Amino acid sequence: MNTLIAVSGLGIFCLLAEIINLRKAIVPVSVVALLAILGLTVSEFNHPSSWYYNMIVVSNFSVAFSSLFIVLTVFLILMSGDYYKDKPSKFSDFIAIKIFLLAGAIAMVSFGNLSMFFIGIEILSIALYILAGSERLSLLSNEAGMKYFLLGSFASGFILFGICLVYGATGYFDVAEIYELSQGAGLPIWFYFGITMMLIGMLFKIAAAPFHFWAPDVYEGSPTLVTATMSTLAKVVAVATLYKLVTGLNKEMPYSFEIALLAVAILTMFVGNLLALRQENIKRMMAFSGISHAGFMLLALLSLTTAAGTLFYYTAAYALAGIAAFAVITAVTKNKETQNVADFNGLGKRHPILAAILTMSLLSMAGIPIFAGFFAKFSLFTQTIEAGYLIAVIVGVVNSIISIGYYFKLILAMYNKEADDEVASVSWVYTLVAVVAIALNIGMGIYPSCMMDLLK
Amino acid sequence: MDVTTLLLLLLIGAVCTYLAGDKLASKVALLFSTAAMGITLFILATVSDFSTLNVSLPWISSPKAYFALKVDGLALAMVLLTTVLTPLILLSSFANAFKNAKSIYALILFMAFAMAGTFLAADGLLYYIFWELALIPIYFIALLWGNDAIETRKKAVLKFFIYTLGGSLFMLVAFAYLYHKAGSFLLTDLYALQLSTEEQTWIFLAFFLAYAIKIPVVPFHTWQADVYQKAPTVGTMLLSGIMLKMGLYSVIRWQLPIAPLAAKTYMPILLGLSIAGVIYGSIAALRQKDIKRLLAYSSLAHVGLIAAGCYSLTFDGLSGAVSQMIAHGFVIVGLFYAAEIIYRRLETRSIEAMGGIRIQTPRFTSLFMILVLASVALPGTYNFVGEFTVLYSLSQINVWYAVLGGTTIILGAYYMLKMFQNVMLGEANAKVFADVTLGETFVMVVLIAFLLFFGLYPKPLLDLVNPSLQEIFTLINRS
Repeated sequence: MNTLIAVSGLGIFCLLAEIINLRKAIVPVSVVALLAILGLTVSEFNHPSSWYYNMIVVSNFSVAFSSLFIVLTVFLILMSGDYYKDKPSKFSDFIAIKIFLLAGAIAMVSFGNLSMFFIGIEILSIALYILAGSERLSLLSNEAGMKYFLLGSFASGFILFGICLVYGATGYFDVAEIYELSQGAGLPIWFYFGITMMLIGMLFKIAAAPFHFWAPDVYEGSPTLVTATMSTLAKVVAVATLYKLVTGLNKEMPYSFEIALLAVAILTMFVGNLLALRQENIKRMMAFSGISHAGFMLLALLSLTTAAGTLFYYTAAYALAGIAAFAVITAVTKNKETQNVADFNGLGKRHPILAAILTMSLLSMAGIPIFAGFFAKFSLFTQTIEAGYLIAVIVGVVNSIISIGYYFKLILAMYNKEADDEVASVSWVYTLVAVVAIALNIGMGIYPSCMMDLLK
Repeated sequence: MDVTTLLLLLLIGAVCTYLAGDKLASKVALLFSTAAMGITLFILATVSDFSTLNVSLPWISSPKAYFALKVDGLALAMVLLTTVLTPLILLSSFANAFKNAKSIYALILFMAFAMAGTFLAADGLLYYIFWELALIPIYFIALLWGNDAIETRKKAVLKFFIYTLGGSLFMLVAFAYLYHKAGSFLLTDLYALQLSTEEQTWIFLAFFLAYAIKIPVVPFHTWQADVYQKAPTVGTMLLSGIMLKMGLYSVIRWQLPIAPLAAKTYMPILLGLSIAGVIYGSIAALRQKDIKRLLAYSSLAHVGLIAAGCYSLTFDGLSGAVSQMIAHGFVIVGLFYAAEIIYRRLETRSIEAMGGIRIQTPRFTSLFMILVLASVALPGTYNFVGEFTVLYSLSQINVWYAVLGGTTIILGAYYMLKMFQNVMLGEANAKVFADVTLGETFVMVVLIAFLLFFGLYPKPLLDLVNPSLQEIFTLINRS
């Protein structure tokens, strides 16, 4: 709860800083403040509490994920400092929106009441709609914002309608009460309709097939840093929320739900990976790669009771690799019209460090050992086998092999092609963010227990 | 002195090599790899009971994994192969002026680290990680420093990577399943596991996919010739000399003892595939015009025979296979080195364009001749010990296996000698063939000395390896 208040306060400060002419201080102050908030959040670990009639419930789950979100936001804000340098008049707005987005994210993983859950989703989504369209003069960005807003609000409608049905069936918005009721028999059929509609809405938010169509266009059109936000922070938030929602509302998923989820997960993996193979635009490629990872993360839902730690580890590994990758992508494509794989030709010669980091983050996403991505996939596989879905694991393995095809396309371009042109020097901020993110990723790989055991 | 130090030394060596800069990289790498060899020899000389060196530290709590290393004669023999060949391979590349030398030498040491780790690991997850880690450096070595046009090379290397990674991911699934059953990845726990025949079959198949691609066994060999040809010679040496043996070693250490029933059931098919590799490799080698491709196919034939030795499930077969792994490692590195020496002078790998070298350099001719003869397993070389033992074990199962497998010696003699004739003999070549340098001679002499010494006196290596093979043999035959 303290986290949420502090983050909201920080967002308001960013808006006010513009008025009192402290624009230069926004990035350093927000980063320091966020790190302080991170400390505050971590101190709440193992001190579960609930606030305002269960509106907000602080648990280890919410603390762990909130900390992850804060770390990701720190990275994103560090990069914003350079990214928005040439748009001084919008600067404070963009930073403030990112921080409000974080507030929404924290609300989404600490809700104890479905209305809070919905408010969290909307805060996050609206912030993202604005950011997607924030390149005001670019047609693509406008299209991305519009598309995302229309489809996203449709999904929000689904979620809201689902919440209403659940309320109609149980008479409660409070998650704990609904959980109690869901154990007993005799719930009307529309309770399940409600849950299904909420799930569909959430599947849209995490861009799982067949609800993924918005992702490639929106990722491509949005400014690169916003794409980074969507593919790391927003995706991780949505997956964590989905998990919390599913575990919060029913103790055990009905078998039919599990089969449906399994089908969605398998479809998502294949759609993401197969379509990623054909992409030339790197942001579209990352969009499809993100879709396939959403499929992997959905597998965690097949073993509900034990999956929290694994899911946390997987999302952290994925998001850190994503931040490192996008730091490099943002730096390289910053002043370019296009963001194609060809723009990375010869990066190995021009910027060996950036190329090495992008390589490592792609290897992590592909699941090559010692990077956290490997342990993430592996413990997910072990768990899914324990849950009895060997077929899902085999599909996952096949998909990991397919994914090598496009991740390595980028690696090959960096090392094996001559540069088309000389690139301007890269701001140290991107290098710093990329190095720290990938170092954290490798650290998680060398000692996985440190994170996997947090949520037992 | 223990094996953890050895692994750390190689890893730190890789970092130091990179930091040393392009000029010093080769020397720093040589220093560290020689030190690693020194530690291996020191352990072999001073430690009598290797099991005192075993390491087992808790590493991951869930899934439960240990940093566990098992030291026995078999593992040490393979580590010896790695740590002796690595300095020689480094030394052999001193004459090449690599672009970005610090990176390639660091990658070589890193690869040696991963391979030594694979041979020592006694925890399934740790083993898998080392196994995969070895793949990354060789991918970049072949990609960045290889021969030929970049587009064709890129394809060959990517195919290799996807093949091997794909195969090993199925091994990972097998490990996940085994963990589900045993609750641990430790080798000892996996050995103790009681699995039904059906489970064993699936696990055996998953392992087989990983190993058959790495070894490679026909029909999973299609990546091999292209990659051998396109990789720089150091890469080819690492691949053929050491990395292939990871697959063969793993068959003995992991696949057979964990799923012995399946191995017994499918023995005829496995032997058939292995021997098919022998014949196919030999015939394909006959037709090659590129010397590196020829050696690649000859290597395919030889490892086919080694695989047959492993899958024969007899003690002699295992013992012969291990001998032949080491012998083949040395001889193939020597042969690729000879090809590289010729390339440095004539700038061609086409056999037709060579010839007339003998007249200009008798010393190199003699050295090359001995390597060729060792490769065809002439008595007196270590290769003879290995191949003969394997063929003997095959003859005990069915004499036809031995007859068909024996074609490697006949066909091998034919294509190797024909190659030797075309490359070395004949009229003097238009190009001048400078005599081999001292460094080049040194590497070849060390390789040859090793092969001849153990060819005449194989006892030390057999004594080292056989007790651990006996242990594994008992495990395979447990009911």
